[in-house]
Amino acid sequence: MYVPGRLRELIRTIRTARTQAEEREMIQKECAAIRSSFREEDNTYRCRNVAKLLYMHMLGYPAHFGQLECLKLIASQKFTDKRIGYLGAMLLLDERQDVHLLMTNCIKNDLNHSTQYVQGLALCTLGCMGSSEMCRDLAGEVEKLLKTSNSYLRKKAALCAVHVIRKVPELMEMFLPATKNLLNEKNHGVLHTSVVLLTEMCERSPDMLAHFRKLVPQLVRILKNLIMSGYSPEHDVSGISDPFLQVRILRLLRILGRNDDDSSEAMNDILAQVATNTETSKNVGNAILYETVLTIMDIKSESGLRVLAINILGRFLLNNDKNIRYVALTSLLKTVQTDHNAVQRHRSTIVDCLKDLDVSIKRRAMELSFALVNGNNVRGMMKELLYFLDSCEPEFKADCASGIFLAAEKYAPSKRWHIDTIMRVLTTAGSYVRDDAVPNLIQLITNSVEMHAYTVQRLYKAILGDYSQQPLVQVASWCIGEYGDLLVSGQCEEEEPIQVTEDEVLDILESILISNMSASVTRGYALTAIMKLSTRFTCTVNRIKKVVSIYGSSIDVELQQRAVEYNALFKKYDHMRPALLERMPVMEKVTTNGPTEIVQTNGETEPAVLETKPPPSGLQPAGGSMLNLQKSLCLDVMEMTSVMLRMVSRFCKSPDHYFFSAGIPSITAYNKNGLKIDFTFERSNTNPSVTVITIQASNSTELDMTDFVFQAAVPKTFQLQLLSPSSSVIPAFNSGTITQVIKVLNPQKVSDSENS
Amino acid sequence: MIKAILIFNNHGKPRLSKFYQRYSEDTQQQIIRETFHLVSKRDENVCNFLEGGLLIGGSDNKLIYRHYATLYFVFCVDSSESELGILDLIQVFVETLDKCFENVCELDLIFHVDKVHNILAEMVMGGMVLETNMNEIVTQIDAQNKLEKSEAGLAGAPARAVSAVKNMNLPEIPRNINIGDISIKVPNLPTFK
Repeated sequence: MYVPGRLRELIRTIRTARTQAEEREMIQKECAAIRSSFREEDNTYRCRNVAKLLYMHMLGYPAHFGQLECLKLIASQKFTDKRIGYLGAMLLLDERQDVHLLMTNCIKNDLNHSTQYVQGLALCTLGCMGSSEMCRDLAGEVEKLLKTSNSYLRKKAALCAVHVIRKVPELMEMFLPATKNLLNEKNHGVLHTSVVLLTEMCERSPDMLAHFRKLVPQLVRILKNLIMSGYSPEHDVSGISDPFLQVRILRLLRILGRNDDDSSEAMNDILAQVATNTETSKNVGNAILYETVLTIMDIKSESGLRVLAINILGRFLLNNDKNIRYVALTSLLKTVQTDHNAVQRHRSTIVDCLKDLDVSIKRRAMELSFALVNGNNVRGMMKELLYFLDSCEPEFKADCASGIFLAAEKYAPSKRWHIDTIMRVLTTAGSYVRDDAVPNLIQLITNSVEMHAYTVQRLYKAILGDYSQQPLVQVASWCIGEYGDLLVSGQCEEEEPIQVTEDEVLDILESILISNMSASVTRGYALTAIMKLSTRFTCTVNRIKKVVSIYGSSIDVELQQRAVEYNALFKKYDHMRPALLERMPVMEKVTTNGPTEIVQTNGETEPAVLETKPPPSGLQPAGGSMLNLQKSLCLDVMEMTSVMLRMVSRFCKSPDHYFFSAGIPSITAYNKNGLKIDFTFERSNTNPSVTVITIQASNSTELDMTDFVFQAAVPKTFQLQLLSPSSSVIPAFNSGTITQVIKVLNPQKVSDSENS
Repeated sequence: MIKAILIFNNHGKPRLSKFYQRYSEDTQQQIIRETFHLVSKRDENVCNFLEGGLLIGGSDNKLIYRHYATLYFVFCVDSSESELGILDLIQVFVETLDKCFENVCELDLIFHVDKVHNILAEMVMGGMVLETNMNEIVTQIDAQNKLEKSEAGLAGAPARAVSAVKNMNLPEIPRNINIGDISIKVPNLPTFK
């Protein structure tokens, strides 16, 4: 008869395999043998086979055919079988297999077994992988065992109860009577798990929390005994009496003392005692101190105690042990909101941690540094953070750059400093800057009117040497396009003006266009910039015309389209060019989203557009999602500049053709984020120079758009009349539209162009 | 809550893997590989805490690890556990293994995976710490092992005989047995290892 080998032999055999393929072969052979052995329903050796199966499972091979065998083992009378069976159940089974419900009856019987170890096994398995159905069926048994006098079982029952509560929160009340005497135990194991159970109940239900507040004196007493009891060999870990229990009790005290003055007061003394008496030479002592500090910061402790806690954290920061420093930085991050001034005292140590070699510590220090920046220390902190940005690992650069931008925006002492800082970030970490930084920066630059000359000069110098960092090049091209005239005129108050000729500027823009390193977006920026310079430069217009016409046959469709349309501007609509390429006005940030030259859609959309869960109607839009929407519209606006120019060219292209035909075809002017705006055109009956444009706005999102206002502007030669809209609310789900009529008068009668 | 306990060697071979949260088998293997990848990159003198990998919950979870000679002991925990406390727990776990296996080494863990699981089950249950007193744990484990042995019955007889002879203290057998006039000289038996 074939006797299945022991687990040991299997392991030995597998270890002799020299390649992965050999190992797989051995395992497959063994699996086949095990499967046939299972088919024979052999009771004696089932235990061995399942043990081997579990080993193979750990190595990563499929072992699901053993699930039923585990159940048979659990049902066996022998302890050995049950042990392996329950282990197999914990490793191989879970709620998703229907098979697991068959275990419920076995577990129920075993929970009432005469041998405590069998009961222990059952509790362990139920506590590890019990599903909600199993927990519901067996909660009564667990509750019974919670009241037993056997401490071995009692502690297991307590943790099993925690699992039951997690799976089926409604059963929490069932365990309440059993918790009455839990803290009277002498056995530390039971005490420990009881505290865990109480913690879980308090965290889940505010009523339980209120109920258990009366336990605070008892907990304080237990903690006191632990500290004062002196040396007790059975619970000693590196010289401290049961540190695990101390930490657990401190955590429970934290939850009970939160937002409650009486409890917090009852704990003050013991917390001060623990904080001052604990030995800090070993890790265990520091673990207890750490927990104490967290508790002090979380409850309503008196100020002296809080100062003590922050000083302990400060001491931790100077500790040689990296783990302690990490832990200190984490807790300081948690407390910096509430005790800002106290944490500021340790600022220099925190900034030193930026230079640490350990990646985890650097990250924590960086986050904490950003939290500590305020109006007073912004210059010093920025210097350190910029230095950090220079030398840190790539994974930090994006976060660091965004953090610097945010902090600079909030606390910049002067516009020049702000722009300098941004320039510094762009040049050191240019390729890691987030995409939305570019429009934000452009807006910032536009708004600091007096700094235009200085900014464009600095940006020009920055990209002279190296134009590989895309965000930097994009911002620079945009600025040069806008303020190129300031650059060549050489007027700059802030710095030594440099001598730049128009040709040199065009040289650099052209090299950006040609360079392999430039992304398509960047090229678009550069081409538009060159185009804008045609109105600002005087002697090089021909060169610009040539460049633009070259790109009319570019492979890149985006560039090609732009070039063709700009070409059209040169050829047929030269008279409109200056007006179209005028300087951008100051952009406002809050409600409007774009220069007044082009369409503004003042739509206050509900945040449902961006969030996954639609909030109930009538909810105030959250600031964050509004900002996102504004940002995305802002980005669109940058794009819309070119879209608008192109639309104009499109209309301008063949006005004669449309003039006499049935009419100008309607277009969709805007279609994003659920908002769609259509234009339909017709000639006015009364006056042929007037074009009547009807706009229709529809909304395909789930919520209505309220306060919708459409505004438009036209070049000086045209006249515009906006009639009142049908309503200011666009209903959701395209169920209705807002209609508004706009009349555009073109006194010259040459074309029907509309700059809207 | 402890989400997972992993032990693997310096080459990433798993020696023990216990998950307290449900993951499919493929995900489990991927988690082991990912954790090994993250932990093996660490220098010797940096802190023992890491952000969890993407598969095991990302930055909400932390990996707390200790490197002993050829083995990495990694506990993946969420934010409700104290990091320094878990470090101590790993220490207690290793000391308990040491006591149960007499100077534990990697081979012990390889050949007695089930026993290591049993010891772990006495310490951590359902992702929560059950018992931290080393002596208590060892007592319970010994009692359960005894229960197993008593069930082994006839099949266990050879194993029992071997262990009985091993435990015999040969040097203490009297060299000269004197019963009245008869003197028996006992030969010098080599010590049975």
